[in-house]
Amino acid sequence: MTETNGQSSEPGLSPENQAVIQLTRKDFVSDQEVRWCPGCGDYSILAQTQKVMPDFGYPRENIVFISGIGCSGRLPYYMNTFGFHTIHGRAPTLATGLKAARPDLMVWVITGDGDALSIGGNHVLHSMRRNVDFKMVMFNNRIYGLTKGQASPTSELGKRTKSTPSGTIDTPIMPLTIALAAEASFVARSVDTHTEHLQGTLELAGRHRGSAFVEVLQNCNIFNDGAFRDFTDREVREDRMLLLEDGQPMIFGKDRDKGIRLRGLHPEVVALGDAVTEDDLLVHDAHAPEPYLALMLSRMWWPEFPVPVGVLRDVARPTHDELLTGQIDAAVAASGEGDLARALKSGETWTVE
Amino acid sequence: MTTEIGERQLHEQELDRVTIRFAGDSGDGMQLTGTQFTRTAAVFGNDISTLPDFPAEIRAPAGSLPGVSGFQISFSSSEIHTPGDQPDVLVAMNPAALKTNVGDLPAGGALIVNSDAFTQQNLNKAAYAGSPLTDGSLKQYTVFEIPISTLNARALEGLEMTNKQVDLTKNFFALGIMFWLYERSMDPTLRWVDQKFSARPVIAEANKRALKAGYAFGETTEIFHERYIVPPAHLEPGVYRNITGNEATALGFLAASRLARRPLFYGSYPITPASDILHQLSTYKSFGVKTFQAEDEIAAIGAAIGASYGGALGMTATAGPGIALKSEAMGLAVMVELPLVVCDIQRAGPSTGMPTKTEQADLLQVMFGRNSDSPIPIVAPATPAECFDYAIEAWRIALKYVTPVVYLSDAFLATGAEPWKIPSPDKLPDIAVENVTDPSSYRPYARNPETLARMWAVPGTKGLEHRIGGLEKADITGNVSYDPENHHQMQVLRAQKVAGIARDIPPLDVYGPPEGDLLILGWGSTYGAIRSAVERLQANGRSVAHAHLRYLNPFPANTEQVVRSYRRVLIPEVNLGQLLMLIRARFLIDAVGYDRVRGKPFRIAEIFDEAERLLGPTTRESIAPARAARGRTHSRERKAKRRTGDD
Repeated sequence: MTETNGQSSEPGLSPENQAVIQLTRKDFVSDQEVRWCPGCGDYSILAQTQKVMPDFGYPRENIVFISGIGCSGRLPYYMNTFGFHTIHGRAPTLATGLKAARPDLMVWVITGDGDALSIGGNHVLHSMRRNVDFKMVMFNNRIYGLTKGQASPTSELGKRTKSTPSGTIDTPIMPLTIALAAEASFVARSVDTHTEHLQGTLELAGRHRGSAFVEVLQNCNIFNDGAFRDFTDREVREDRMLLLEDGQPMIFGKDRDKGIRLRGLHPEVVALGDAVTEDDLLVHDAHAPEPYLALMLSRMWWPEFPVPVGVLRDVARPTHDELLTGQIDAAVAASGEGDLARALKSGETWTVE
Repeated sequence: MTTEIGERQLHEQELDRVTIRFAGDSGDGMQLTGTQFTRTAAVFGNDISTLPDFPAEIRAPAGSLPGVSGFQISFSSSEIHTPGDQPDVLVAMNPAALKTNVGDLPAGGALIVNSDAFTQQNLNKAAYAGSPLTDGSLKQYTVFEIPISTLNARALEGLEMTNKQVDLTKNFFALGIMFWLYERSMDPTLRWVDQKFSARPVIAEANKRALKAGYAFGETTEIFHERYIVPPAHLEPGVYRNITGNEATALGFLAASRLARRPLFYGSYPITPASDILHQLSTYKSFGVKTFQAEDEIAAIGAAIGASYGGALGMTATAGPGIALKSEAMGLAVMVELPLVVCDIQRAGPSTGMPTKTEQADLLQVMFGRNSDSPIPIVAPATPAECFDYAIEAWRIALKYVTPVVYLSDAFLATGAEPWKIPSPDKLPDIAVENVTDPSSYRPYARNPETLARMWAVPGTKGLEHRIGGLEKADITGNVSYDPENHHQMQVLRAQKVAGIARDIPPLDVYGPPEGDLLILGWGSTYGAIRSAVERLQANGRSVAHAHLRYLNPFPANTEQVVRSYRRVLIPEVNLGQLLMLIRARFLIDAVGYDRVRGKPFRIAEIFDEAERLLGPTTRESIAPARAARGRTHSRERKAKRRTGDD
């Protein structure tokens, strides 16, 4: 079903702009005042996004940011590109239509855990399975921020919020598992405060052809402060997060003394030493045609496991717009450009003198 | 067998108009039979009008009452507007079809039944205590009992087919009989069979044999004593084809794409009765048409808006339940002011309602069914062929005013057919508009002073990077704005933009006297029944006019003047008074409604009778003797009483 191709992610230069365009981060900063709460993780995501934009070689006018509703939805206003702040959960649908009509554009979808996984869940599934060529960046703060603090689909079981004073009784879903189940061809995770890693991840997503799904663990310092602190803080992150590197054994820890080994169908954390060597560990393969490994990684979470960050899956398959355009080209090749007069006269006709 | 037709004393009778209804089990191929008869009549040159009537279930239990499928065709040597109030001939392929349809057959009407299907089992399924063929209950009709299944099976002997396959061709035997009875050529249908079953020669042969056997049966049997000729109608010169409303709609959008010089993007989720538009447009790939079967109604319109944002003709189609789901996105299109066409092929509701049955009850939904004041222009074709023109017109308005537009059709228009004089593409209007490209003067919400259309720039245009969205916009700049006065101004601007379209559409046309006793005002698919009723009323000397709105928002500029020019205004609708509410609210006139919401179109006689009732007994002055002489059957009251009130 999928094709392995380690070099699938070509630079996304649009044909008429092969010449290098010298843009900087500042070129992507719009004149609008940024209005997220001070200290919000969104600032970092915006900054890293603006920073990586020049690398893709697209002129500003050929880049479109489309968002839904929620705090994340404001991001397009702050990007000096084309932008469309749509309605709750529906950004992927607009992006699908735009990309179908305009394959020449680079399209980013900005969304949140409520926007993408609750009200817009259906569109995430279907845009991913179609491999629509857009990059979806999902800000996951495990809370509804803009509506002032209700439980989200990723809130942990039992979480007390304004809407769940006795604790939520809904089991959370794992965004990356959902993306993988929906056949996403690029699936990755990063963290708002790990700026270099976030930049690198966005860079890879931007260069991927097809649907890219990036979960960014983002701190909402007002309604869910410290949601990821236990494993993202500087002092603990190396021991509690697993930095995925393609082709490399899964090793983590400040002293690189721990790893992930497969036992039966389950991963386990092991200490490297005399009994266990690097050869015993799982080796990451983001380009594996079947997503078993990625699915396993997508379910690993602190404190049972270190939280994996990086690219879980990166495979090449035809994009929606390529297939759509391909059918049109094939039809034109087979029967020539459509003739309106002939279409109007299709079927049985007769002449009245 | 060798009996010459002449020896049978076969009479030929010329008729102006005949209405036939084919009725059978939904597995009996009645829609196909009706369609083939329609094509043949159309190619022959008759004016035609059709009414398919089928159950929502694909295959309801065979032989059951809910499983009955019908197709009515009226064909004529003069202009007709409706598929006929009542059939002259009913072809009933089984007891259930007889039971559900015979009530519409007038006394003296011809009834052709497949007597083979009148088994005890089928009679039980149709809840007949005894056989209607023998209990005398059909004696007011001219009944032709024909063992169609048996005769057909005999004609197909020797072909390598299962009994079930053989039985599936009996509709063509019945069609053959009807072709003989109305002196129609079998050629168009034979050609169609060859084309359709080119890969399955045995099936093709079986269908051709069945058709020819039915025709030969008509010729050789002794039961028919007359054949009927309906001469061609005197239509305007030109090249014609037969067309349903959905076919015309799809072709209209295809043409609009060419006329606007922009690719068509059609996002849609399958829903009766709109799906055929998706099916047809998906075959126009060589025109660059991009179709997208979305995961749901919301994704369909979302993708359409996205495509329009990119500069294509982004559009979507659905029925009432789908409009409900699309409402929020329609509001977004109003706010961001992008061109978009949303088709509502209305069907009976509320909720799932009766999916295959017609209704025109979504008018207020598309007019008001969104949060806040959210004005959207609405166009509504009146006949199947007109669907073509209004599909183009919807796009003309959407592009010129940079606005979403609703195109309202319904199940009756969608599936009904009529002859269509095929237009020449070079005679169609140019609806192209240019996008803004000049950065020096670009402001996303600056407007064309005449149309109030905002400046529309598409992604990829250098220097015009800007942001739009569902949040309120500041006038001119399009930046997010919570300013109270700005919001009021923007609400007014959006309303004015749509209202101003009234200056750019044709005035409401009146058929009949410019003033008088009664105006019958309609919209959408009631056109045919109203026009026919008004013709009869006028022939009876009544001072009655017909006006039919194709633009429901805004109304044509002269609408108030028209509705104020008659003593009474009657608004027949297949809903409980929605246009009525708009007209009364807008113009403060005491219009009255006439509503029949049965999932079926109006009958001419119903509107005629209601108009007569409203007009009251005719005045002495208004009955010219000559008119009275050729008055038709409905003028029964007119000698009896004088109307009170003014003369």
